[in-house]
Amino acid sequence: MIGRARWENAQHKARRLAAGISKAKGFCASRLAFDLICIPERISYPSTSVIAEFDTLIAARDAVRAKRISAVELTRATLAQIDKLDPVLHAFNSTTADHALEQAKAVDAGTRTGPLAGVPVALKDNICTTFGTTTCASKMLENFRSPYDATVVKKLDAAGAIVIGKTNLDEFAMGGSTENSSFGPTRNPWDPSRVPGGSSGGSAAAVAAQMCCAALGSDTGGSIRQPASLCGIVGIKPTYGRVSRFGLVAFASSLDQIGTFGWTVADAAALLQAIAGHDPRDSTSVDRPVPGYLSELSQPMTGLRIGIAREYAQTKGMDPQVRRAIDAAIAKYKELGAAIVDVALPHAEYGVAAYYVIAPCEASSNLARYDGAHYGHRTKEKVNDVVELFSRSRAEGFGDEVKRRIMIGTYALSSGYYDAYYLRALRIRRLIKNDFDAAFEKCDVILTPTAPTPAFPIGEKSADPLAMYLLDVFTVTANIAGIPGISVPCGFTDGSTSGGKALPIGFQLLGPTFSESTLFRAAEMYQSATDWHTRRPTLTA
Amino acid sequence: MSERVCTSYKVLVGMEIHVQLATRTKMFTSAPNGATNFGAAPNSLVDEVILGLPGVLPVMNKRAVEYSIMVGLALGCKIARHTKWDRKSYFYPDLPKNYQISQYDLPLCGEGLFEIAGEDGSTKKVRIRRAHLEEDAGKLLHEAPGGHRIDHSIVDLNRAGTPLLEIVTEPDLSSPKDVATFGQELQKLVQFLGVSEGQMQMGHMRFEPNINVHITDQTGQVHKTAITEIKNLNSFNVLERATAYEIQRQIQNWIDTGSLGKKSTMGWDTGSETTFLQREKEEAHDYRYFPDPDLVPVEVSDQWLAELIAQVGELPAARRVRYVDALGLSPADAATLAGDRATGDYFEKALLAAGGSRRVATLVLTHGRRLCNERACSLSELGILPERIAEIAKLIDDNKLAPSSAGAVFDKLMDEDAPAEQIAKSLNLIQSSDSSAIDAAIGDLIAKNPPPLQDFRAGKQAALGALVGMIMKSGKGLNPKLVQERLKQRLS
Repeated sequence: MIGRARWENAQHKARRLAAGISKAKGFCASRLAFDLICIPERISYPSTSVIAEFDTLIAARDAVRAKRISAVELTRATLAQIDKLDPVLHAFNSTTADHALEQAKAVDAGTRTGPLAGVPVALKDNICTTFGTTTCASKMLENFRSPYDATVVKKLDAAGAIVIGKTNLDEFAMGGSTENSSFGPTRNPWDPSRVPGGSSGGSAAAVAAQMCCAALGSDTGGSIRQPASLCGIVGIKPTYGRVSRFGLVAFASSLDQIGTFGWTVADAAALLQAIAGHDPRDSTSVDRPVPGYLSELSQPMTGLRIGIAREYAQTKGMDPQVRRAIDAAIAKYKELGAAIVDVALPHAEYGVAAYYVIAPCEASSNLARYDGAHYGHRTKEKVNDVVELFSRSRAEGFGDEVKRRIMIGTYALSSGYYDAYYLRALRIRRLIKNDFDAAFEKCDVILTPTAPTPAFPIGEKSADPLAMYLLDVFTVTANIAGIPGISVPCGFTDGSTSGGKALPIGFQLLGPTFSESTLFRAAEMYQSATDWHTRRPTLTA
Repeated sequence: MSERVCTSYKVLVGMEIHVQLATRTKMFTSAPNGATNFGAAPNSLVDEVILGLPGVLPVMNKRAVEYSIMVGLALGCKIARHTKWDRKSYFYPDLPKNYQISQYDLPLCGEGLFEIAGEDGSTKKVRIRRAHLEEDAGKLLHEAPGGHRIDHSIVDLNRAGTPLLEIVTEPDLSSPKDVATFGQELQKLVQFLGVSEGQMQMGHMRFEPNINVHITDQTGQVHKTAITEIKNLNSFNVLERATAYEIQRQIQNWIDTGSLGKKSTMGWDTGSETTFLQREKEEAHDYRYFPDPDLVPVEVSDQWLAELIAQVGELPAARRVRYVDALGLSPADAATLAGDRATGDYFEKALLAAGGSRRVATLVLTHGRRLCNERACSLSELGILPERIAEIAKLIDDNKLAPSSAGAVFDKLMDEDAPAEQIAKSLNLIQSSDSSAIDAAIGDLIAKNPPPLQDFRAGKQAALGALVGMIMKSGKGLNPKLVQERLKQRLS
């Protein structure tokens, strides 16, 4: 693992990458390097990667298992795909090639086994690994190397998966477009001039562009589901407490949850299977058996009741093409025998407001530790005392959005404001939970759009934080209520608003706590009757 | 008239006491506890949680909660059945997360009452306001180990995360001596409970007296000084002296200036033996408390509480009273036996085995104490089973062993364990109560008709003792009491 690319050697690096001779020691295109590498005439790409031949993670795994392809071959192919595409997409902050190849060799030698043996997966760069860096896409942790592995990393290791790299995100997972990364934005594989969504945009783009078979992300207000929708793949945020948060760099502890991205429902389920379960090191993880998601997936679903929240029908700023796709998905479910039920979520409209109190409050406290005293960015300016050391280091290390949320949270928790903001937000939280409890008495799952719009152009909403926050309208309530949600591809725009480029659309299914298996089965029911999930972006450089 | 005269004054002191709990691991992680690993190399008792690295999560140490509840029970506190953890935010380099996990509005232990013997001999009731559990901070050092000067500060995080019980009293202490006594009694209590080593020099207990004085002037008007808090006093001696100094300082300040002072935090300078101002508390620090979302609330069930009540058991104060009342011991002897947990529990076992016989107390206080002094150890460390002491008591009660021989049995029991009677036998100390042997010995004596017998027959009652002595000397290990009884019968 080497440090972030510098302007001086960016060109050299670009050539190495282009020639496919990169030992993939890990690279991270800074914005400057990215612009350089992006110039197509200078780059000749290697031939299409083997990884693109697989439709599903399961197929890739089975191929390795049957020795139709070696794990090393598959890993090299994945690294080659990254070398080829990432200079454009910047889905990765770093690759962990040496580590990945070592793991792959062990799979081929038969010493590394498990349900995901030989499958290359990517991790959002806010999940701690002892190999490589864990940057949270922040200057603050630019060179941070964790001395311990997150519980999910240990679990992936036990499952035999190959960790290929760390994906880009909005700094400390704060954002919905992956533009807030200190190391430059990730681009949407369907249209590189647009955002992939966020904050797990790097993971979503990496899966969509076949730079890995599946990926982990984290979802605090929609950060898995929304980019999954914008990138045309499946993404699930499990029930709060289903997956250990130990080793996930905290943004908002009561809302954060690690989840999975896959090409298909089964892929997302297979990866979740590997990481779910109780962890004594996370007091909020729940000690409850994990169902066999994959085995239950094949059980046919009859009598599915799908709730449609009438409040969401009135959401302002809904893209008409998204609305049409969602209506079509509902029609498809009807056709497949599901019952459509009208449900009420009267307090859902306060979800975004409550979220943007609770999340910043917790963030202001969680991010207090980054002060330059013990680790992370420390100012090089001469300081007179420790307070100045803290202030300067934080001023330099954090980006604007992170600072904005720290300030909002600090304000809301201050004496005299606590009751008006934090306590009130907690009350809304309770009401939203009650809404869902009541709704799930009438239906098995609730269907909503995942995001009100398809992917938008990079830079479009950067200057308007509120417009960005409103993108979370359909997703935040699941985090607030602690319930699981899955985003499933359900169509594309006609390209009329995006220069002819069709953009993916997804719907979201929400279920009661620990209903992941129901969500997977309901999603599978739709997926097996449609082919949206089989489409891949065509990336020509 | 500007002259101010203090005709009398009343001292009000409330205490904040931090007690480091002697758990094996730290409050929220499995790193070894600084309180039980004193002197470890700097920053050796740390892990990723203590360092506050990105992504780490706290996990509550259940034993620390239990220890705290035990202290709460012993202080007569109401124990919260539902409590939670809160984050207290402030930036300081000895606190890697820049927040401390503590308890804000729902302390584990609520109101309680603790009694101490006051300076004036009365019983002082000290009301406990609350006791809550939190994590200790690390240490910031401004000179390198060995006293070397450095141009920067260094941090040792061994202490960080140590379970820390903060006990807060009402201002019920009214003299420096009472303040020190309270501290000492609290130390005995936590040591008795086994929840803290309570070693002052190791920082296991830190005291912060909050002091103010109600001064009555020559006109009868009362002037109340502002409360000052002296931080971090860690010896009883200093606690008493600093409190005394601060009381006089506040009074003198009023006399000199008429000012009642400002609510402030003071430090104690050991060199000059004076307090000095650290900061005035004009504006309260905003700690931005909020519930820690990484931890789940603590629910104290009936069953759990019952188990802890059983673990606390009978406290030394209650035992002392019982020993005085039921065994007729002197308060001093009762205090010796009820002193520390090990001695108290040992004695209780012996007492139980002997059916509550006072003789057990006598034996322990004479022979037990003698051996403890000789060996410089505690009663429970002598290696004598408490049941053996009950056996010795029974041998004496049954006239099988002379009280004067008990010491020899104790000595032997130090070397080998066997039933007391067997030991006494091996030492040839068992007295015979065989009446035919006694009668035969008396017969021999009468036959010899020694001078004391003639004296006795002549009416000299005092000669009986000499006769018994002569029979005993004949060396058959006879029971002297029986010998005397039967001799009297024969001669009457």
